[in-house]
Amino acid sequence: MKIETLFFGMSRDLVGHSPITFELDEGVTVKIFREILLKNYPLFSELDSFAIAVNEFYAEDAFVLSDKDTVAIIPPVSGG
Amino acid sequence: MENRIFIKLTEDQLSLDECYKFVQDNSCGGLALFVGTVRNNTKKKEVKALEFSAYEPMALKEMKLIARRALELFGIEKIAIHHAIGNLEIGEVPVIISVSSAHREAAFKACQFAIDTLKETVPIWKKEFFEDGEVWVNAHP
Repeated sequence: MKIETLFFGMSRDLVGHSPITFELDEGVTVKIFREILLKNYPLFSELDSFAIAVNEFYAEDAFVLSDKDTVAIIPPVSGG
Repeated sequence: MENRIFIKLTEDQLSLDECYKFVQDNSCGGLALFVGTVRNNTKKKEVKALEFSAYEPMALKEMKLIARRALELFGIEKIAIHHAIGNLEIGEVPVIISVSSAHREAAFKACQFAIDTLKETVPIWKKEFFEDGEVWVNAHP
């Protein structure tokens, strides 16, 4: 399945551009996707932490991704 | 409930007057306003300018969620949450929150809840520009 992934803030600087489309196996959870990201982009370990949003909502680790979902990498926010 | 909420994310200058007028209500005994401003230093290092970027559709959703929760939790009348994106100079205003309520305690509490939660959950990022470089801010004190 294809998962379009948006990168923001520091994470965009780390990967160089956004969005990036990932080709993943069916049934991949947010937790596994996070591991795939860290493997593909070792620099991500420089981020203190990052949240993952699916279709514009924060997603838990157990959330299962579906084809055509839009994922967003949310490094620590600093609005206000 | 939706007509009691006014959310805005904009590259334009924010308007205190607009936030004030939206929440003003004759049934209310008090309005609380929080105005965030761009500080000229971080850890005693001089900041030249700031840039805010956002995941706009999600930021708007999260801001709306905060407003709905504030209405439910504190029984306030109206709330406006406005945030600026793009480049801001020292002294400019990246965020305004206004709240109206029958009594002041709920207005103060809801205003504090809204700004504290915004800093934790709304996908907006601040980059600080110094004389010798730029830094993504990744804390929300």
